[in-house]
Amino acid sequence: MVNFNSIKELIELAKENKTTIGKITMEYEMEHSFDSKEHMLKSMEDNWRVMQESIERGVSNKDKSLSGLTGGDAIKIYAHRDNSYTGKTVMTAAASAVGVSEVNAVMGRIVACPTAGSCGIVPAAIKTAAEKNNNTEEEIVDALFTAAGIGLVIEANASIAGAYGGCQAECGTAAGMAAGAMVQLAGGTPDQVGHAVALAIKNLLGLACDPVAGLVEVPCVKRNGFVAVHSMVAADMALAGVESVIPVDEVIDAMDRIGRSLPRTVKETAEGGLALTKTGKEISKRVFG
Amino acid sequence: MRGVFDIVGPIMIGPSSSHTAGAARLGLMAGKILGEPVAKAEILLHGSFARTYRGHGTDKALIGGLLGFSPEDERIRDALDIAKERGLDYSFAPVDLGDAHPNTAVFVLTGINGRKITVGGASVGGGNIEVRNIDSFQIALTGQYPSLIIVHTDKPGVIRDISDVLAKHRVNIAFMRVFRRNRGQQAMMIIETDEELTEDIIQDCRSTGVIENAFAVPAI
Repeated sequence: MVNFNSIKELIELAKENKTTIGKITMEYEMEHSFDSKEHMLKSMEDNWRVMQESIERGVSNKDKSLSGLTGGDAIKIYAHRDNSYTGKTVMTAAASAVGVSEVNAVMGRIVACPTAGSCGIVPAAIKTAAEKNNNTEEEIVDALFTAAGIGLVIEANASIAGAYGGCQAECGTAAGMAAGAMVQLAGGTPDQVGHAVALAIKNLLGLACDPVAGLVEVPCVKRNGFVAVHSMVAADMALAGVESVIPVDEVIDAMDRIGRSLPRTVKETAEGGLALTKTGKEISKRVFG
Repeated sequence: MRGVFDIVGPIMIGPSSSHTAGAARLGLMAGKILGEPVAKAEILLHGSFARTYRGHGTDKALIGGLLGFSPEDERIRDALDIAKERGLDYSFAPVDLGDAHPNTAVFVLTGINGRKITVGGASVGGGNIEVRNIDSFQIALTGQYPSLIIVHTDKPGVIRDISDVLAKHRVNIAFMRVFRRNRGQQAMMIIETDEELTEDIIQDCRSTGVIENAFAVPAI
């Protein structure tokens, strides 16, 4: 029986079996869900297909959300990518992540990863990595299982819900999942995956979840773009050989403790932070009366 | 610990897993419990659902679910128009249910063949739901398993009779709960199973005696 309760255990299992964290995660899921390998691979391929469709729609999206607050920014970022300071790869990733998040806001189809509010980060990061490395679909699906394994550990030991842990739990978890998947797609080791997860999460600790009017729009949509790029930096540092001084599981414990001690006003209640700004309150009044 | 496809997934229509995907699943489940196409739906919204439903498209998702759309069906966005085209008469009203879960909806439904039922449930996070009332019975049903719902008289042997039927058809019981109004009066049994519940199983349940009604609700 495959079992893991920490990223360290996931890494050790992958090393012992000379395989990837994704394969260990799939083994675990097969044993716990009584699902077949074929069906699980098919489900993950379906997820990847929907992720790609949401990126395509996202970077050309002109629709506005129900509130009118978001929609139409991804296409601007995408058009700017050749003239940007950060370069074409980074801007394309940002546009993709913002685009997927816009698709979510206009009631389009997305893959929650781990949540709807953070749905743009992992797809954008994986697409960026796969294009650079010319990864096969099989490798991409395996990287998605790796991302899932990382998310499962975080969910078990901290939280993936903004209402419990603030935005660090949603976008922070997505960043860790994305960074780990990118390292694997570049051929990095399981240890490097762990360092990438730690680096990504460490630098988003304490992030508030303070959405204006309680909607998954401001700051969520654009934040997906920022965090996708953040996860790329974490993956690059880990691939360069940079190690996190604090081990990844201790980082996740810190995230849990910070999440518990954050005031409820910044845990998806729309009673603090950006939601309580003058403009935030005006928007809330306009949308909900 | 949850599963891989709760972390990477589900595929859903945005913007919110609790206020949109969960709402669609609640509507879908209420429609399945009614067991026939919905002609009229009065939907009462409590808590956060009542305050924020327009911004999250909760109304579209609830109606989309009642129309049989899954949480990943892009028609949810146009569900209110589709409902009008199909002659589904719907209305929304706020309600104060005290300390009920903040994302609670109550569906007062009439089917096209006149069947009436009231179903109350909550969107409990991550797109997961829990149906908490069917008519005046306090129950708990997640929609993750095929479910057998039996309305019967509260007396000894009924549970054995029903479990005999399931054993005969080689259906494994995952979870089972019984509810009753008062001793010896009307009761409700909810059995969640690992296998699908076919029509012949339901017929066998109905013929066990002291059963007022038996129906299956598929997993959603």
